[in-house]
Amino acid sequence: MTSQPDSPREVELRVNPIACEAHGLCLELLPELITADPWGYPIIRPGPVPVRLLALARRAVAACPTLALMLAEHQPSQG
Amino acid sequence: MTTCSMASDRARPPAPDELRLIVRDEPLNFAEHVRRYGPLPLGPRSAGTLLTEIERSGLTGRGGAAFPTGRKLRAVIDATRRAATARGPADCVVVANGSESEPASRKDAVLLSRAPHLVLDGIALVAAATRASRAYLCVGSLLPEDERALHSAVLDRQRSGLGHVPVEVVTHPDGYLAGQETALISTLNGGPPRPSFVPPRPTDKGVRRRPTLVLNVETLGHIALIARFGAAWFRSAGTQAAPGTALITVTGAVSRAAVREIPLGTPLGQVLERSGLRPAAQAVLTGGYFGTWLPLPGALAVPVSEPDLRAAGAALGAGVLAVLPEDACGLAETARVTGYLATQIAGQCGPCSNGMPALAEAMNWIAFGHPSADVAGWARQITTLIAGRGACHLPNGAATLARSALTVFAADLHAHVRAGPCHRAAGSAVLPIPRLRPGLAR
Repeated sequence: MTSQPDSPREVELRVNPIACEAHGLCLELLPELITADPWGYPIIRPGPVPVRLLALARRAVAACPTLALMLAEHQPSQG
Repeated sequence: MTTCSMASDRARPPAPDELRLIVRDEPLNFAEHVRRYGPLPLGPRSAGTLLTEIERSGLTGRGGAAFPTGRKLRAVIDATRRAATARGPADCVVVANGSESEPASRKDAVLLSRAPHLVLDGIALVAAATRASRAYLCVGSLLPEDERALHSAVLDRQRSGLGHVPVEVVTHPDGYLAGQETALISTLNGGPPRPSFVPPRPTDKGVRRRPTLVLNVETLGHIALIARFGAAWFRSAGTQAAPGTALITVTGAVSRAAVREIPLGTPLGQVLERSGLRPAAQAVLTGGYFGTWLPLPGALAVPVSEPDLRAAGAALGAGVLAVLPEDACGLAETARVTGYLATQIAGQCGPCSNGMPALAEAMNWIAFGHPSADVAGWARQITTLIAGRGACHLPNGAATLARSALTVFAADLHAHVRAGPCHRAAGSAVLPIPRLRPGLAR
């Protein structure tokens, strides 16, 4: 994606792995960015959430029963 | 390396070829410490300049992550300023991490026993710079006499009016994760020694939810010297990208296993030769149990520093160099360590709770069973499934270790697939495995 100076701040999906219990709702709501590992836990595609998927991403965050999924400011090199 | 004599020493900066942190094999008492290094430069002006000098020095954390120390210090100062209210300034906490939960590492224990006052100087300095109200010195399993000496060193300083901030010596629980930054804070808050999810970072909310500066004890020792002799002196050893010296634990197939202080950037071969590298050693584990195998003699020219080792696909980590002898099996060593790490998981994160036992089983089968080529493929797949998916770095570290073993010991892997475990796999372990305790998960 090209970054535009006037675009809103980029966000990314993050999972709190301690809180996540693999309910899998996020997998259903946002298969474009979230896939399951062999044990049913979500694997998030790295990088900023594309604008066209932002609404779905917010829905997935809201749907998580353990509040483990969140949207955070995209930090390209944060370890 | 030579131990410098105390007789001719007056307080002066150690010369470039001199040892800095551990100047002799016995502890330096407080009087000797002051004679060697000079008094602690603590004053109203020096607190401000300390941050600048640390930033200029390029000092990075010596606990394993090599994070720039100046940035961490500044983050705590800023967070404390932000937390201030109209009723007054906020408080922060300093934690000196000497828990050394890396089984092959001895450097922090040796530093604490030989030069406790350098560490205590460092604590006093950063406590003054951050205006911390209290400090903790967390230690692992020290020898009883070393622990007593540490307690009395703290008391000596308090009696002589050097107790600027109260320092509490805390003996930390065992376990590979116990020394991890957020696990350490959890323990100090009265919780279990388990890592927590960040954010919040400890620099924002740590002990009693106050901004908390966690620094490795060796890092604090370097700070004690930077405060006295300056950033330019610190940079007179080491490389441009990795300035200063570091304490390294050399162990395994060497005749003189020891903790050594080296200028960063010293070639691996030179460090190992000084320790009496045994001929025909196969490989060296760099960093620790989250580390990477490098083949010998191929890697002997690699300079020992975080950036140089990173460029070679490895890491300096907590400064462990463990040499694999000719008659040991690298796959068996890795399987034992992976098995140990699988018992040390906190059991909080799904990918790690599922992936670590699976990885341990796969590595065990590769080392001691009759593996098909598929097992190695499955092991590699697990490493990509668990890396980066836990709250702490345990799964990443185990993945790195297993992956490097499957690459460096590829010939052994083929042999195991063809004919089952080699005779060397049955030999005794080179890498120390702590007595297994029930994992934290149970």
